[in-house]
Amino acid sequence: MEDLSLPKIDYAAIAPMLILFGVACVGVLFEAVLPKVARRSTQLVLALLGLVAALVVIVWQADTRVLTAGGAVAIDGPTLFLQGAIIVLGIMALLLIGDRALEHGGAFVAQAAVTVGSEADRRQAVKEQGATEVYPLSVFAIAGMLLFVAANDLLTMFVALEVFSLPLYLLCALARRRRLLSQEAALKYFLLGAYASAFFLFGVALVYGFAGGVEFGTIHDSVTESTQSTVLLYAGLAMIAIGLLFKAAAAPFHVWTPDVYQGAPTPITGLMAACTKVAAFGGLLRVLYVGFDGVAWDYTPILGVVAVLTMLIGAVLAVTQTDIKRLLAYSSIANAGYLLVGVLALSKDGLSSTMFYLVAYGFTVIAAFGVVTLVRDADGEATHLSRWAGLGRRSPLYAGIFTFILLAFAGIPLTSGFIAKFAVFGAALDAGEVWLVVFGVITSMLLAFPYLRVVVMMWLSEPGESTPTVSIPGGLTAAALVIGVVATLVLGVAPAPLLDLTTSAADFVR
Amino acid sequence: MSDFPFLSILTGAPLVGALIVAFLPRAKPELAKRVAFVWSLAVLVLAVVMWIAYDAGGARFQFRESYTWIPAWDAKFTFAVDGIALVMLLLIAVLVPLVILASWHDADSSRRSVPVYFALLLALESTMIGVFAAADVFLFYVFFEVMLVPMYFLIGSYGGARRQYAAVKFFLYSLVGGLFMLAAVIGLWALGGKTFDWQQLLSADFSTGTERWLFLGFFVAFAIKAPFFPFHTWLPDAGGAAPAGSAALLVGVLDKVGTFGILRYCLPLFPEASTWFAPYALALAVIGIIYASLLAVGQNDLKRLVSYTSIAHFGFIGVGIFAFTTQAGTGAVLYMLNHGLATGLLFLVVGMFVARRGSSLVSDFGGAGKLVPLLAGVLLFAGLASLALPGTAPFVSEFLVLIGTFSVNKTVAVIATAGIILAAAYVLWMVQRTTQGTLNPALATVDAMRRDLTVREKVVVAPLIALLLVLGFYPKPVTDVINPAVQATMQDIEKSDPAPAVTEAAN
Repeated sequence: MEDLSLPKIDYAAIAPMLILFGVACVGVLFEAVLPKVARRSTQLVLALLGLVAALVVIVWQADTRVLTAGGAVAIDGPTLFLQGAIIVLGIMALLLIGDRALEHGGAFVAQAAVTVGSEADRRQAVKEQGATEVYPLSVFAIAGMLLFVAANDLLTMFVALEVFSLPLYLLCALARRRRLLSQEAALKYFLLGAYASAFFLFGVALVYGFAGGVEFGTIHDSVTESTQSTVLLYAGLAMIAIGLLFKAAAAPFHVWTPDVYQGAPTPITGLMAACTKVAAFGGLLRVLYVGFDGVAWDYTPILGVVAVLTMLIGAVLAVTQTDIKRLLAYSSIANAGYLLVGVLALSKDGLSSTMFYLVAYGFTVIAAFGVVTLVRDADGEATHLSRWAGLGRRSPLYAGIFTFILLAFAGIPLTSGFIAKFAVFGAALDAGEVWLVVFGVITSMLLAFPYLRVVVMMWLSEPGESTPTVSIPGGLTAAALVIGVVATLVLGVAPAPLLDLTTSAADFVR
Repeated sequence: MSDFPFLSILTGAPLVGALIVAFLPRAKPELAKRVAFVWSLAVLVLAVVMWIAYDAGGARFQFRESYTWIPAWDAKFTFAVDGIALVMLLLIAVLVPLVILASWHDADSSRRSVPVYFALLLALESTMIGVFAAADVFLFYVFFEVMLVPMYFLIGSYGGARRQYAAVKFFLYSLVGGLFMLAAVIGLWALGGKTFDWQQLLSADFSTGTERWLFLGFFVAFAIKAPFFPFHTWLPDAGGAAPAGSAALLVGVLDKVGTFGILRYCLPLFPEASTWFAPYALALAVIGIIYASLLAVGQNDLKRLVSYTSIAHFGFIGVGIFAFTTQAGTGAVLYMLNHGLATGLLFLVVGMFVARRGSSLVSDFGGAGKLVPLLAGVLLFAGLASLALPGTAPFVSEFLVLIGTFSVNKTVAVIATAGIILAAAYVLWMVQRTTQGTLNPALATVDAMRRDLTVREKVVVAPLIALLLVLGFYPKPVTDVINPAVQATMQDIEKSDPAPAVTEAAN
């Protein structure tokens, strides 16, 4: 009988993930043992400390390039960069999640099981402290994302996908106000997400049938050398891509996005818009660049059509929106399209520019949702666009910040949005994808209109009776806003350091 | 002296001033106005020193500075000016203090912050200088786009009745043009050797098809900005709604970025495509002259009328550029300067009328000359200058454009000359309806209309009138600077001036 030997594990390389999974488990324990009063601050501090510790380890490990855990996990340049990005953006999102200055008890429901509209529900909305389970859940989600971008085989990737998706489904349902909307969002996200996962898993099975293995290295070798029929390969790749494009919110798998973004508690929407996007595109990049690069000629046109559709649908539907969160959701769909343009360059430039775009967009979008949490009236956040009329008069500072964020989304120079767009379009044009760039530019023109409409609303309209006040943010939200805005500005004015970092990190190990 | 970093300081100084002014207390508007005015005067002094230090017979590009910015893309903060850019920089430096002085009370009646208005003017000056001083395509694009932001808020926050509509229209038109250019800039970078340096791109080779597409990307952006027919519809709205001072800058300087861009980027970088597209561009320019002149005749709103006259003048500039002779090119650049002075003056004077009457409709005036003879006189002078009366500066440039064009393309020159007659019609008729004839009884009841030019307003108009007269009689200092730059541009597109036919006949 053969000796079974355990795979060698490079613990230092996977330490960030271990730390975060550990912190999340400790967080769950704390829920059980700590008294209610002490939980919130302990949980928040624990989660933040865990994230910072993981970030420190990543920086310390910056030069690691290994395949470990029996080839299931790849720690390389893109992994480390994307993990770092997820953690930094996760810290910002956690700051928004932890804020309790804006609303008594925070943005989350006290007990998710309370019947909507009941006496108990009304009581919890006004009085009770929000659930503290959100912290370990968020950390689980973030840890899952770290594993997702590091996964070097399809099964590990699937496990990671579920690990980061399940907490997000739950978190979506935990809004303190407008609970029906929130629960509907969670259910929609869960059902469609389950379908997407099933597609992904089925695709994995088919690819296994073709390649005889699930590691990207094995798949890469079979794709280039195998003489078998390629039906299994193409069907499998298509289904895997559906699973990933669903998470990335690319058309035609985007329909969940507006509802979920609108219904979820706004800090969670920020977390999804920034971190989930990084994770989904990190996974997509690895699948396409490492595993299936041998059939690039075959999938590029199809994904190109997906990218064009995504940009068009996002931009056109953004024009018709009347709710700020839905508008940002459609803008995030369009941005997924721009990211796909970068991915489809299928070059080192494409990889580095996509990574730059992910970080730049992440900072800006969390800051955007941070501002959304500030604009509120007696019933919570006032998200209808008509309510934002004249906001510039009521609160020039926050209207100014939001204007800057919108200019960044629109890709005006001296913001990170411009540099990021330039980078992905440049990489795509360099790779000969002229038509993708043409559509990218056309949709950017379309998208400018809804952004500008919000700017006009805020500055050039007179404030009405129903213009809500802008709350003074607590320290946590203020910190997240400052980080987001400063990053948007700095990456727009002096992008060289981050561009160099993405370029030097842009090499996968196989 | 030429080692002194003139251009980066000229670009940066107004921005610093804008930040200072923006944070002055809102309760002290006078302080903000004074600081802004003094600051813009200091910029003017620096620009004049630079003009003196410029060697007209020297290298094509002078005062070159270059600092690294984004090494990954080879984008640099590179500044350099040729004669054309230098003239435009001086125009900006002269106009901004005058506009600040002329707009002294513009923001008072608005409910918005007064310091912010003047800060926006200074920020606008900074981006305008940057756009003309940049010698790096990426940097140029950045300034080209950022320029929109202060102008958008100047129109949208401080403008007249239809300001929201006008501001959004202005922004969207410009942004659409800018994005066309963005695609072309990316293409230029990817196919031209991964650099943004203008000098290096000059020697890049493109296939014929690529070159035409890239040319179109730039041209559309510049044609919208200039604006040429049929991309002009935003200008009358923006010019009509903007406060008079901002409108003077919008039409006097901002729009010149379009024609400047064609001269600096379209012609030298894409010579073959420029030649190929020239007949179409000439056609657009000529249509623009006639069409805009006819519309100007029919306007009842003074500010919109002046905007339409500008579109006609931009047609002349376009003819001068695409005639591809040194004479016409020099005329076009001179026209850019003179139009800035003449139309700037016209807008400011119209603004003074509008401020007094509280309306910009021609029909609300009538016989105003009896109440404010001096102001009416200045309006007449500004009008005559903009219809290019001999003795005023625009005459020189219009004449140069027309004879330069006539030597290569008689049809275009003849049709364009018809524009002069129409110019006389719209200017003189406008002057007649507003200041001549019997006094409009409604006008006499407006107290403000009894106040003639104040000292402040005299200080505003005097330098412009003086410059228009001096350059009308003695344009040599300016043409000496422009001529070598235009000749170099003509060499870039490998065009030589037609040999004078008379000398051949004599031999």
